[in-house]
Amino acid sequence: MQALMRPTPMRVKFVTPGVVVLILLALNGLVFLAGRFLFGIGAVTNLDNQYPWGLWIGLDVAAGVALAAGGFTTAALAHILRREEYNVVVRPALLTAMLGYTFVAFGVMIDIGRSYYIWHPIVMWNGNSALFEVGICVVIYVTVLYIEFLPVVTERFIGQMRLWGALAWLNQPVDRLLRSLDRGLSKTLFVFVIAGVVLSTLHQSSLGTLMIIAGPKMHPLWQTPILPLLFLLSAISVGFPMVIVESLLAARSFGLKPEMAVLSRLGWMTTPLLGVYLAFKIGDMFVRKTFVHLAELDLQSVMFVVEVLAGVVLPLRMLLMRRVLKSPALLFTAAMLVVAGVALNRFNNFVVAYTPPYSFGRYVPSFGEISVTVGFICMLALLYRAAVMIFPVISRPDRSLAPKDKFTVRG
Amino acid sequence: MKGLLDTVAAGRAALPQTTGYCRGKSMKKIDRRAFLKRSLSIGAGLTGLSAACASAGPKNILSTERMGVLVDTTVCIGCRNCEWACKQAHEIPTAPIETYEDKSVFDAMRRPDDKALTVVNRYADRTRPGVSHAVKVQCMHCARPACVSACIVGALSKQENGAVVWDTAKCIGCRYCMVACPFQIPAFEYHKALQPRIMKCDFCFERRKCGKLPACVDICPVEALTYGPREDLVGIARSRVRRFPKRYVNHVFGEYEVGGTDWLYLAGAAFADLQFPKLGQNPAPGVSESIQHGIFAYFIPPVSLYALLGVLMWISKHNPKTDEGA
Repeated sequence: MQALMRPTPMRVKFVTPGVVVLILLALNGLVFLAGRFLFGIGAVTNLDNQYPWGLWIGLDVAAGVALAAGGFTTAALAHILRREEYNVVVRPALLTAMLGYTFVAFGVMIDIGRSYYIWHPIVMWNGNSALFEVGICVVIYVTVLYIEFLPVVTERFIGQMRLWGALAWLNQPVDRLLRSLDRGLSKTLFVFVIAGVVLSTLHQSSLGTLMIIAGPKMHPLWQTPILPLLFLLSAISVGFPMVIVESLLAARSFGLKPEMAVLSRLGWMTTPLLGVYLAFKIGDMFVRKTFVHLAELDLQSVMFVVEVLAGVVLPLRMLLMRRVLKSPALLFTAAMLVVAGVALNRFNNFVVAYTPPYSFGRYVPSFGEISVTVGFICMLALLYRAAVMIFPVISRPDRSLAPKDKFTVRG
Repeated sequence: MKGLLDTVAAGRAALPQTTGYCRGKSMKKIDRRAFLKRSLSIGAGLTGLSAACASAGPKNILSTERMGVLVDTTVCIGCRNCEWACKQAHEIPTAPIETYEDKSVFDAMRRPDDKALTVVNRYADRTRPGVSHAVKVQCMHCARPACVSACIVGALSKQENGAVVWDTAKCIGCRYCMVACPFQIPAFEYHKALQPRIMKCDFCFERRKCGKLPACVDICPVEALTYGPREDLVGIARSRVRRFPKRYVNHVFGEYEVGGTDWLYLAGAAFADLQFPKLGQNPAPGVSESIQHGIFAYFIPPVSLYALLGVLMWISKHNPKTDEGA
């Protein structure tokens, strides 16, 4: 059955009512973004000297990196462990990771005060800084992701170069370039695939090291020396749910039959990963005896309980039920809970848990900040839609393959 | 207690490697963290290598002759002349000095920001009515600054004369120093679209280079601020506490906090009542640097993970049974 699936560019109309809404939200985000670049960060955000990091770092950057984990988890499963049956989800996950990290880079760029100096860490090193490590790893990993995506580009355009007019003379040389790229990559791609996994484990964990230096400024429910481990475990366990969510969304949007055989197995494989994460999270709470803070009933304790119960325990229980794994709607719900739970965890770590001793009122994201974040998510969705219409990313049953297989067996 | 000072004194050779203290006394206090850190390395599938000797990034120069300031809050009269002098010295626009006599600013707690690198707050004494304490706040110039460790590009550095200074040519404006600082000192120019700066007390680095006193020390009319080698200041502070036990609480703030700060404080009331942060004696960047260098010890963990995955890939490639169900 799997052999009959083949990645093909989606042939649908780009503009639908939903797409129009996405475009409007994206434009709204761009307006506030213009404000940030014309009048400074303070003009658009609610950040101040007491709360230097907010929604953009907590969601766009930290949660963005975590939710792009589908890229390295599926690559490890399909390419390193060679489970070929999962090949159908590798390309969509890779595309999500590639676009996701691109927007993480944009997120960093708009949040730092001097966006035009974003290249500084590449030449000015501070090996003691967790942020430096995250930055360098992300730069290299984005490059690796684009290289990993190149075979999709060559597959689409080899023998299909159709530039016209003044550019027509480019068809031949570009085609030759693509062919030589394709030859080179087919032999060396494994180097990049492994590098992608290693880089991901490194910076997913270092992202957790970031807040450790904040020490007592971070609420004890989250501040723990095993933060890097928790970040890594949660990133690994959100990888497959993210693939499930995007597969089911894409199937819906393009009117395809969801790949339930593969997706329910991904859902099933999520349970031990999520279980280990939960064990460390709860174990850490008992080792450090921080459960006493749960009785305080403030913003932090409520957010912590929501994060653990709705984002880990509930979906874990759901994914252990056969009925959930078989039903697209229930599987989507469970996967979405994991995704939201990890996103909330990142937001909690970077924003909610940050409780500095001197404060003139809590930080609450401004309308402008939310607009920019929403705008970025919409732009990402639009680019994803455009990419799967241009490139062979999403697999669908290929009629030319199906009958041939049947008859060759008989013959 | 004394051991830590000795470490500092003997530290000239060892300390430029920024994690040198890991080998010293303070390591013992983070035994549990070290254990958790190790379980992290194992959990991440990395070989658990000791972090003690990795060194990278900007040098932390810890001179035993580095200078500091002793702030005696029992002497301070809250005239706020230091605030005015500081702005003058750093070319920050300021109202004329006469306006600083307005005491109503003491009604609310203030913090240093991008337009005032130092501020004076006043606190009523909890037990003695009518008695109040004026506390000047600015960068503490830590011996092992969290901001220096955190800065992604090494724009912040600890100078030999004690100052922690910021380099505009490197800074990208990420504000991680503000997240890291245990005293919540660095401020950011949020309303500048181009070249926003990180603003914090630079211990009058430029003035001192030409032999002048720090502006605040220079102007202080009651000598609440004493400028001198940090080691001498510790001695002075201790002898004041010894000679006037009724005047001072028995605590020199900054002597040991977060591994020692070059600005030291004496007070006539519990430091917690004067809104000083409650901090341990371990340097603020300690845990994060150990983890960071543990994950990256000589690049052995990442490289071994790479090798491990390569072997896995090779095995599964040559194993015909891999396409069985999950």
